[in-house]
Amino acid sequence: MSTGNTHHYAHHFESAEHEYESSKQGVWIFLTSEILMFGVLFVGYMIYHHMYPEMFKYGAKALDWRLGALNTVVLLTSSLTMVLGVHYCQVNNKQKAVMNLAITIACGAIFMVVKYFEYSHKIHAGKLPGMWFTADTHGFENLPLYFSFYFMMTGLHGIHVLAGMCLILWVLIRANRGEFNENYYTPVEGVGLFWHLVDLIWIFLFPLLYLV
Amino acid sequence: MSAHHVVPLKTFLKVFWALIGLTALTVVTAKGMDLHPFNGVVAFSIASVKGFLVMAFFMHLKYDDKANRYIIISSFFFVFLLFIFVVLDLGTRIPQASTL
Repeated sequence: MSTGNTHHYAHHFESAEHEYESSKQGVWIFLTSEILMFGVLFVGYMIYHHMYPEMFKYGAKALDWRLGALNTVVLLTSSLTMVLGVHYCQVNNKQKAVMNLAITIACGAIFMVVKYFEYSHKIHAGKLPGMWFTADTHGFENLPLYFSFYFMMTGLHGIHVLAGMCLILWVLIRANRGEFNENYYTPVEGVGLFWHLVDLIWIFLFPLLYLV
Repeated sequence: MSAHHVVPLKTFLKVFWALIGLTALTVVTAKGMDLHPFNGVVAFSIASVKGFLVMAFFMHLKYDDKANRYIIISSFFFVFLLFIFVVLDLGTRIPQASTL
């Protein structure tokens, strides 16, 4: 009876619509906890930035804003292709949905490669968090604090990018099997929301760490 | 479920170009002009506009059930509360030498 490709909503839901809305709301509540987690880091950053503005300004000079801007464009593009992936599932275009999801994963990979070059450059220069800092502080005694924030915030964000790439690969495989259509695409929507949040966090990280 | 709102592709493309434009604006205002001491405020404000666009369109909040809006606004509110109370604490401390 079951073809494996048709989704039947679970029995504790009134309808497929009810299941979809509940699942999506669950994702939103999860995203709330994500914002609280990153929010703590952002508040800490703002407080210390206010206390040592010159030191933070000097620390930001160690980053290449061009690479940060490039990664911003890469992530914004991936958000667009993600939303297109959801859109093509909604209109039953399997081929284009899979293609857009693949581009999204590729953008995530580009982001991580750029991040790898940035990290290795800083690690070689000894610009590391707290006690591991070995570079010249140029008179800014607490410069290691800047790199604590830098590595903690971008590192946590980078883990989210990797997790997002795995999740998108999962929905890509399912989309390729033809599991999604106009009546059922909940996993793509949920993963999409997560991916956009990752993009959203980078939108704030880029100017705060690289520019200000 | 055919009642789901399918947003026209043109809308997503417009939002995308707006986001790219605002990214360029962030770089220009931070690198090209010296708005000291408003550099941080300007960068944060532009980022907020970008975040709003992402949430409203890419995350479909504009077309979504209102409950999801309130859920996400509540998280921003609590981050704001954390910020306010930390600032109040640090801003109202009176420096004094230890009496020990």
